[in-house]
Amino acid sequence: MPRVSAWFVRAALCHLVLGFVIGGLLLASKGVPLGFDPWPLRPIHIELLLVGWMIQLVMGVAVWIFPRFVLRLKPQRSAVTAWLAFALLNAGVLLVSAGLLAAGRLVEIGAAASFAIHLWGRVSPAGLSDI
Amino acid sequence: MPPLARWYIKSAMIYLIAGLLVGAIPPALAIAGPTYVHLLVVGWITQMIFGVAYWMFPKYSAEAPRGGNAVAIATFILLNVGLVLRVVAEPLRAMHPESLPGWLLVVAGIAQAAAALGFALNTWPRVKVR
Repeated sequence: MPRVSAWFVRAALCHLVLGFVIGGLLLASKGVPLGFDPWPLRPIHIELLLVGWMIQLVMGVAVWIFPRFVLRLKPQRSAVTAWLAFALLNAGVLLVSAGLLAAGRLVEIGAAASFAIHLWGRVSPAGLSDI
Repeated sequence: MPPLARWYIKSAMIYLIAGLLVGAIPPALAIAGPTYVHLLVVGWITQMIFGVAYWMFPKYSAEAPRGGNAVAIATFILLNVGLVLRVVAEPLRAMHPESLPGWLLVVAGIAQAAAALGFALNTWPRVKVR
């Protein structure tokens, strides 16, 4: 798979583990007292798993497996948009997890836009790829 | 498709139906809101991802194309034991706190977190740049 996809997938795996560990703490706290309150971590749990894991994995796999005819036309721009999506998505997850919700979401919207720009031309049937 | 991937994907479809059933019954949804969400997000989506990734990601090696079998099987068991424990114990304890011991939820949490770690460990070496 392309290097950027490998980074997407590896980052997604990191978010998966961290998100599940926090989720495990939240669930355990419903059964026994843990000695601390893990519930302020709930928004981070959701952010890590929804954006950091699922959305990130989908982006990484899409960059890997979608048709690549268009990449030959503008390889540099394609690489830049994919890497930018990766950087912005992870920066957004960090910002939201740090409590900077609005800033984080704006950065994530930038990631989504960059990802869409990257993938848009690749969503095409074979032979009709000159868009 | 390897047997374990089939198990993942078939289990995912069962959780999808179970999750939608819980969501379709307002009294059940009121009691088991988090259970409903996790049936769909863990049982359906995450399990489907685990199964398809186990099946289709690049081969680890010619001898062991999908990495360590023991880790992969343990991951499947831990994810499902953890989720089923949660589905049973969480709503029951919400209704009647003394009905089941609280440590069941601790086991459920540890099992699912261990499953995530197992999946990450088994998948990481298969994420190869070419």
